[in-house]
Amino acid sequence: MVIRDTRERYGAVSRVLHWSMALAVFALFGLGWWMVGLDYYSPYYRSAPDLHRSVGLLVLFVLGLRIAWRLVNVKPDGDDLTPTERRASRIVHVAFYPLLVILMVSGYFISTADGRAIDVFGWFSVPALVVAPRLEDAAGLVHEWTAYAVMALAGLHSAAALKHRFWDSGATHRRMW
Amino acid sequence: MACYSIYFAKGYTHMIARMVSLGLAALVAASPPVSAADYDIDTKGAHASINFRIPHLGFSWLVGRFDTFSGTFSYDEKNPSAAKVAVEIDAASINSNHAERDKHLRAVDFLDVAQFPKATFVSTSVTPDGAGKAKIVGDFTLRGVTKPITIDAVFVGGGDDPWGGYRQGFAGKTKLVLADFGILKELGPASKDVELDLHVEGIRK
Repeated sequence: MVIRDTRERYGAVSRVLHWSMALAVFALFGLGWWMVGLDYYSPYYRSAPDLHRSVGLLVLFVLGLRIAWRLVNVKPDGDDLTPTERRASRIVHVAFYPLLVILMVSGYFISTADGRAIDVFGWFSVPALVVAPRLEDAAGLVHEWTAYAVMALAGLHSAAALKHRFWDSGATHRRMW
Repeated sequence: MACYSIYFAKGYTHMIARMVSLGLAALVAASPPVSAADYDIDTKGAHASINFRIPHLGFSWLVGRFDTFSGTFSYDEKNPSAAKVAVEIDAASINSNHAERDKHLRAVDFLDVAQFPKATFVSTSVTPDGAGKAKIVGDFTLRGVTKPITIDAVFVGGGDDPWGGYRQGFAGKTKLVLADFGILKELGPASKDVELDLHVEGIRK
């Protein structure tokens, strides 16, 4: 088991980061979608948003680790990609990072707009950094649309990975598997 | 020394009293006959507030307010039944001291401020009881729905303010059924109605 990334494939750390974040981001999207429609008397009306906030902030922390790890590792390159595929892949991969940062930071701003801190599973709390009138509304719009953009990008990314898995014979899809 | 200053002060007071009485006489002569005057609700100085409260689960009251509104009224002490009042509220200025909740209150479940940015009240009749209280009936528009409501109003006080203006102040209460205004989000059996607690001070134009 290789820890660091190589020219040929992603190492263990990158793979754990990638798959745990993929799972968390899809779960957060589903949870977020579901929780905003909850009835006021639902037993999950308070716990679902608490879970969403807590996991979201942990993902933001993990994303920071991931970006740092990306910067100190070589990038595997897909030898079996056409130049167009290579360019598209580069754009999608690079776009994920700022979109995920915006997604999670905007979520944080919704809950902290009035100076309240976010409690993460009762382990610790993350204080508010910016307090501004109506910040929650602006942050809410950004959070919603960035979430859709991330889902669209994740769909594109998954479709491309499946294409390499089933149409192309190369090792591209196995780099992260 | 002490005697001298008292004497001096007496003379001075006399002079001021003469000046004031002359000034008042001029003012009275210049004033129009007492009739309905128009007032701006003092939102600039925030001597007016539109507060609401709604039971939370039936266990306590959730209290909030609308931070931004404007309005005018006309009022004649001699003929209060001719009074009129009109208020426009910025629905998005709802403030329950909790940003996440306020975001929800502005959304489609409650006020839907993107579609209905303004709430308004325009009085249609004022019925005084002769003892400083009145029923103010008017059309209240909230979330695009216009319904007549009745405000139980009470005259609090009025007169010259210390800065050259003239003011009148009132308080009022009314109750709204949320469903009447298309707010159908279920908040529980104790929370069907919201009470409005109004405080209005007007400065004569």
